[in-house]
Order: sequence, then structure tokens, then C-alpha cells
Amino acid sequence: MAPALEPMIGRYLRMEIDGVPHRIYFEEAGQGIPLVCLHTAGADSRQYRHLQADPEITRRFRVLAFDMPWHGKSTPPDGWQAGEYRLTTASYTAAIRAFCRALELDRPVVMGCSIGGRIVLNLAIAHAAEFRALIALEAADFQQPWYDTAWLHRPDVHGGEVCAALVSGLIAPHSPPVSRHETLWMYMQGGPGVFKGDLHFYRVDGDLREKVKTIDTRVCPLYLLTGEYDFSCTAEDTLRTASQIPGVEVQIMKEVGHFPMSENPAKFREYILPVLAKIF
Amino acid sequence: MSPADRFARLPDLLAADADLRRRGRWLSTDCRIDIGAEPFHLAIRDGDFGTLERGPRLMRAVAFSIRATDDAWRQHWRTVPEPGWHDLFALTKRGVASMEGDLRPLLQNLQYFKDLLALPRRLPEDG
Repeated sequence: MAPALEPMIGRYLRMEIDGVPHRIYFEEAGQGIPLVCLHTAGADSRQYRHLQADPEITRRFRVLAFDMPWHGKSTPPDGWQAGEYRLTTASYTAAIRAFCRALELDRPVVMGCSIGGRIVLNLAIAHAAEFRALIALEAADFQQPWYDTAWLHRPDVHGGEVCAALVSGLIAPHSPPVSRHETLWMYMQGGPGVFKGDLHFYRVDGDLREKVKTIDTRVCPLYLLTGEYDFSCTAEDTLRTASQIPGVEVQIMKEVGHFPMSENPAKFREYILPVLAKIF
Repeated sequence: MSPADRFARLPDLLAADADLRRRGRWLSTDCRIDIGAEPFHLAIRDGDFGTLERGPRLMRAVAFSIRATDDAWRQHWRTVPEPGWHDLFALTKRGVASMEGDLRPLLQNLQYFKDLLALPRRLPEDG
């Protein structure tokens, strides 16, 4: 019997981010328009495995998903042990642009979720001309915090378990249990302090209120999709953001939470296929 | 059945969930859960109930308390809760619940407590 191989292939890419050498792990499948997928805070590129295994998508899109530095199989930069990881708007934007440049992607589409969605908004603000289309999942210009991130990294609380337990509530009750627990497993595998460091961008550095008004969707189309069960980035947060951006397309996804692509791949497919169909 | 009456069924619901008791096996703590105006004192021992006492107890020391309105618990315990009512932190974010005290045992066993406090969802909904 032939081995049951899935279509995605993983590689390591050597590239510099802001002059610092990095070894970045990414997976890809399909051919055609490059579609770069950004995982949520504290997780990794496996969240997009269902898109990469969907022939309806990969026949027209080259779906690439990379692990951010410090995440998944991408190592932190040399000397990481001497400091605290903190993602910023600048460092996140630089990592995405460096990845696209290193692979010589021609005006890729970028789709990101959660912090990935927030940084997609920043790409629309600052670098729209470099992209063919931008898709922000579970994104808003600002969200009200709902817990103290100090609990995420301390010796008396298991980091992986508390991260997973916190985000578990962001998954819709309708999502299949297998997908729910696979999504949570990735959170349990994060390095110490990494989720917390990602949220520095979310909470402290990445406030895009006012700035989203400058987005010009004639330069690059922008799509916002948010799950109704996401109480971190609520439907109201996304709708408020969309109301400030002429030409943006926005949709609230029923029976979906904060991790559409991994918590309920079949349901997400219903929403993302029509969006991808508009991109050429 | 009132929300407090539903919560009073917690020992039976936990007794029927061996997996939740397994996941809580490292946990022993005393906490207070308020269902609307009615306090419950939980003595958890190795993930199981030592005691669940309903009603006020004078000067009872607990590690932490979780309080929510009757309506919040009622919504939270729907078989399929509506968005914004489906998680403990969704309730605190919308201002209908609070957590106070030494939250360390809560955060150390967060999934256990979330699942424990959602157990009344398994009871039939009131007509």
C-alpha cells in the first residue's frame, strides 16, 4: 500500500530579519498565487495544515505557512537566552517582509489570525503596495484585555497548560472536539514566555486605532473575517474597525471562535473559499 | 430549577466524570463560588469533592472566590451557550462575573476549574 503522505512539504530557510540571522521553518503546498499564512500568538504554522491539504485551494494558491522566530520549529536567534522575548509591530512586520523577500514571492497574499490579523492591518497601513490582497482573521485595531499576561510565564504555573486553558474559551462550542484539542495542543507546546512575548505586541505595542483610517483598499484589497464566539477580538471590535476603512469586506463567521482555520476547518472553508475566489 | 439548585448537583456531576477527577488529581484547595446571592463552599481534595456546602459560612477562609450573577450562570449553562456567555473569562470580560483572592490554584488548574464549573451544562435545560 502506498504511504499516506499529506501534500505539504517542510523546509528550513536561512534569512536575516533586521540584519540578524535566523533559521525559519515553513511548510508549503500547491502552486500559483503565493498565500502566506500567519499563525496566532503562542502557536505555530500547523494551524494552517487543512488549507494546505485542500486541493480546491492549492490548485490555484501556493499556500505557505512559517513558524515565527521562537515558535514551532523555528529557533530563536543566537543569544536568545540572555533576554526576554517581546514581539513588536516593527519586528513582526520585518519578519513577514523578510520571509516574502527571501522566497522571492511576487506580490503575495497574506492571511493572518489574531496577532497575525492585527499585523495584517499594519501591512495594509504601511506596505499595501507589496501585496496582492490581505486577509485578517480575528482582527481589530484594538481589543480590551481580558486577563493578566503575568500568569503566562512564572515557575509555579505550567506555561503550556495555562496558555491552552485560557485560550480554550475562545473556541466555539460547536467546533469538533478533535480540532479543539489539536488547537490547544499547539498552545501546550509553546516555549516559556513566548505567548506572553507575542502579546506584548498585542497589548502594548500594536494599538492601531486612528491608523487604520489611512488604509487604502484600492491599493490592496482587505478582507476581515471574525468568529462570533471570539470574545478576545469580538465581532463588535472587527465591525468597528471595518467601519473606518472604505472598501473593506467584512464578515462575521457563525459558530466559529478565535481559531477558524484549526478549530473548525470545514466551517472555515465555507467562509474562506469565496474570499479566495475573488483574488487573482 | 434555579441556578443555585443546578450548582448543588455538582457532586453528582463530578462523580460521573472520572476524566475530570483524573485531571484534577494534583489539586486540593478550598474555594467559594457564588451563584447569584447564594454562596457555595467547595473543599476539593485530590480533584474530588471533600465537601460542597451550600449557604453562608461565617469567617470561612478560602483561597479564592468566583462570583457571577444568576443570569450569567443560567446563560453559561445552556447546552450550547450564546457567544460571550460560553467561557468564564467571557463572563468576567462582560462584567457579570469576578475572580478574587489567591488565584494561583485557579490558574494552576484552570482547565479543571473551567470544566468543573461548566458541569451543570450537562443537566437538562429548564423548559
